[in-house]
Amino acid sequence: MLFVTLKKDQLEKLVTGLMETDEVIGPKLVQKNKDGKPVHKFMPVDNFAEIDLLYDHTIYSAKNLFLPYKEELSRFRFDDGDWEQEITYWEKPRVILGMHACDINALLRLDKVFTRDFYPSPYYLARRRNTIIIGIDHMACEGGFCRSMGTDTVDRGFDLFLTDIGDRYFVAVGSDAGYNLLRRVESGEVTDDDRRAYIEMRMEIAKSFVTRLDPQNLPNLMDLQFGSAVWKRWGSMCLSCGSCAMVCPTCYCYDVSEHISMDFTQSCKLKTQYSCNLVDFALVAGGHNFRPDREKRLMYRYYHHFRGFVESNGEPMCVGCNRCGRACLPGINPPDVIRELQAQERT
Amino acid sequence: MTNGLDRYSVMQEPDLKAPVDFNRRRRLKHTDRAFKAQIINVIRLTDMEKLFQIRIMDQAQRERFTFRPGQFVMVEVPGYGEIPISISCSSSAKGYIELCIRKAGMVTTMLHKARRGAVVGLRGPFGTEFPMESMVGHDVLLIAGGLGLAPLRAPIYHVIENRADFRDVHILYGTKEPSQLLFDYQYDEWRRIDGIDLRVIVEKPDEKWNGPVGMITKLMDDILVDPGRTFAIVCGPPVMFKFVCARLTKMGLPMQRMFVSLERRMHCGMGKCCRCNVGSTFTCVDGPVFDYWSVINLMEAI
Repeated sequence: MLFVTLKKDQLEKLVTGLMETDEVIGPKLVQKNKDGKPVHKFMPVDNFAEIDLLYDHTIYSAKNLFLPYKEELSRFRFDDGDWEQEITYWEKPRVILGMHACDINALLRLDKVFTRDFYPSPYYLARRRNTIIIGIDHMACEGGFCRSMGTDTVDRGFDLFLTDIGDRYFVAVGSDAGYNLLRRVESGEVTDDDRRAYIEMRMEIAKSFVTRLDPQNLPNLMDLQFGSAVWKRWGSMCLSCGSCAMVCPTCYCYDVSEHISMDFTQSCKLKTQYSCNLVDFALVAGGHNFRPDREKRLMYRYYHHFRGFVESNGEPMCVGCNRCGRACLPGINPPDVIRELQAQERT
Repeated sequence: MTNGLDRYSVMQEPDLKAPVDFNRRRRLKHTDRAFKAQIINVIRLTDMEKLFQIRIMDQAQRERFTFRPGQFVMVEVPGYGEIPISISCSSSAKGYIELCIRKAGMVTTMLHKARRGAVVGLRGPFGTEFPMESMVGHDVLLIAGGLGLAPLRAPIYHVIENRADFRDVHILYGTKEPSQLLFDYQYDEWRRIDGIDLRVIVEKPDEKWNGPVGMITKLMDDILVDPGRTFAIVCGPPVMFKFVCARLTKMGLPMQRMFVSLERRMHCGMGKCCRCNVGSTFTCVDGPVFDYWSVINLMEAI
């Protein structure tokens, strides 16, 4: 990996320059919640000052910039009993500034699902390849357990990755596109002092994380606790609202529906992000529901994250951001659920 | 003023310029491109089910469209939706398929209103197949309950068209009532084929019924199976194949030689929408055909 340093005013110059020609998306303070805590959101920004790089977390992940809540898959145009299907893909370049390591690791997991193995998605690829990612290191966020999941650091999946070392950033260059961006401004060579400052900063960040769960042998735990009373307890609290999947940086399941225009000349095939906790997730024609119980649906969300995904992709789907834990009204969160399952094993 | 960022068009990928072929799973393709296909004939089977004979319209697409018994397609009714339907016919004709469809939801209701000549969309084929090649030289039990005859009809045709490859063939079929029997006009033809034993049973007979009455497992009472040289394919509702497979196990058939076809909700057919998730697998790519050993290991499957 190539490393350089970038003075903070040079980052501002770089981003401001990018804003002149392209869309720049960054973490923006949008409001305060009822407890007075800041609420941040990834959104298009047109002024560098609007970007808050010191944000703790965003409510929603950056996933939906790649898998939008609603996305048109195709459009049918009707003509006298016949029809034609039109498909268009995303073609606009853009920059996402300020993604944390967990969110970039989440994208790497989505890459596995949508760009490799079987049926790679041109929709996902079109958005992914048009996106420059500038990530940033940060102190542990509220409730995050990414260090337990091994996702507090990231070594690929970005174009540039910044670590704040005082008056400048220590920058990892992850792609030639990232390298080319740096040519627009003045960057410095890494000195021994910079390297020391970076290592110190990394250690300080590492110390800020509290290990909140032991990720050892989770697939086996999921299998052994398949019929556990723990699911009943948490399941009885679950409101089946699907918020966890909406804010999750890796949940990717979806629904497809079609909508006819008011003048009956065309229809739109719409993909909508879904959640396996919603009651009709596995409902089939004829009325049979393969997952009618909310505790079963809750269990299968965990089962997919910590068992099924491991089996097919070699790592858990969960990156430990705890967005689901924050969004859940009854407070269902992975560290507590998994700790309780592990406690069952010991009794 | 600097230049803007480089624009990437996924359309420049060479793979996307090639014709869409869903059999090439790993290749990048227009995943939601439906082949235009015309309904050639509509055959009324019962009050609830119709058989749609459908042909892909474009000659070149028709040539490329091949499937294996057990696979399914996504049927697109533009404006209404897309549904997974198992292919119900011989796999020897290219670009031509038959789909046995029950009127159950919005899309199937619209399909039941469609007349011959109507144009629908097809994506696929998707999913796994019944391992017909492994069955060569063996006795074959083909067992269906209710609508299960729809997916089973593809391996039935395969066995008939390659009759010399197989030893004894038993086709067992059961429904609740005689009025629900599918493809009843074909039974006589199947029975006349040398070495094919077709038995049909209903749970609730009407006054005209003079065949056996009871559950499908009753048909297995007097079938002698040599466990060492028999394969079984079981299609039907989960409760039915649970009993049938238990019975086959009792008869000594190894679970790796019993195959079932699972049904689940699907929105993509490509392992992406997650709706057909069973345990740790997806029915659309790892199934719908599973051997029974895998099914009982999937916990949630039945």
